[in-house]
Amino acid sequence: MNKVIFNEAFCKGCQLCIDVCPKKILALDTEKVNAKGYNPISCTDMSACTACSICARVCPDSVISVERG
Amino acid sequence: MANIVYEKSRGLTDTPFTYCPGCSHGTIHKLIAESLVELDVLDKSIAIAPVGCSVLAYEFFNCDAIQAAHGRAPAVATGIKRVEPDKIVFTYQGDGDLASIGTAEIIHAAHRGENFTVIFVNNGIYGMTGGQMAPTTLINQKTSTSPYGRQESTTGKPLLVSEMMAQIPSATYIERVSVHDIRHITQAKKAIKKAFEYQIANKGFSMVEVIADCPVGWNMTPVDARKTIADAMIPYYPLGVYKDAGGEA
Repeated sequence: MNKVIFNEAFCKGCQLCIDVCPKKILALDTEKVNAKGYNPISCTDMSACTACSICARVCPDSVISVERG
Repeated sequence: MANIVYEKSRGLTDTPFTYCPGCSHGTIHKLIAESLVELDVLDKSIAIAPVGCSVLAYEFFNCDAIQAAHGRAPAVATGIKRVEPDKIVFTYQGDGDLASIGTAEIIHAAHRGENFTVIFVNNGIYGMTGGQMAPTTLINQKTSTSPYGRQESTTGKPLLVSEMMAQIPSATYIERVSVHDIRHITQAKKAIKKAFEYQIANKGFSMVEVIADCPVGWNMTPVDARKTIADAMIPYYPLGVYKDAGGEA
């Protein structure tokens, strides 16, 4: 299965990845707060991910890694 | 066995960026780091950090770096490149740094045809000091020092740096790119990589102007700021290659 991995500690919740995701499967995790004080990014449906890696390329803080599996 | 499609470039250190959420600086840092790694020159690269938000860029690039006085990054780069001609030297400058206080340095570095690369980040505002008006601020754009919007009658029109630099006979490669969406990010990386290729081939002065945003200084969300680049910045700052005297890299 394709996989997006988040380095949550680096996420600043800017939501640029949410805007560009073609499958619209990214959302801020409002249950969590990271050490910087932001709700970090999370994936709502990993099985829908196509590993296009647009989210990772757009992310200014290199939070996202993408694996095709 | 999973294939890694994308991961953080080893051209960047593990230090978290100190930029605001959604700031284009992070995206541009990534493109530079990826280009240096792909060209296999990271180990012999020297970054010149400016004054501005990216003053701490030396913490983020995984190569040697030095931080220059405001606007003087091209002067420092000149010295380093002349002493160490085999190293890959680049300056990373904002519009307050390059287009305002450092105008003399950048013009004369290009005029001498110095063989280094300039990454010029144009977000139309002084971000670090609190969002003051820069020479590149758009007409009617509100900043903390132009609360009613920039007026042409008193402050002129925004400075078109790439067009200006392209007039300099000794400049080799001048291109303006943007990073507001994935297509333009890909194009921006191509331009940055080409600039470094020219430097590696000793072709002379290269500068890539990157149209960027400042969500906090522009008083909007990061997503809106990226859309504003397309809607407001690019119509005034047309993208494209302004000079390419290097032939094939």
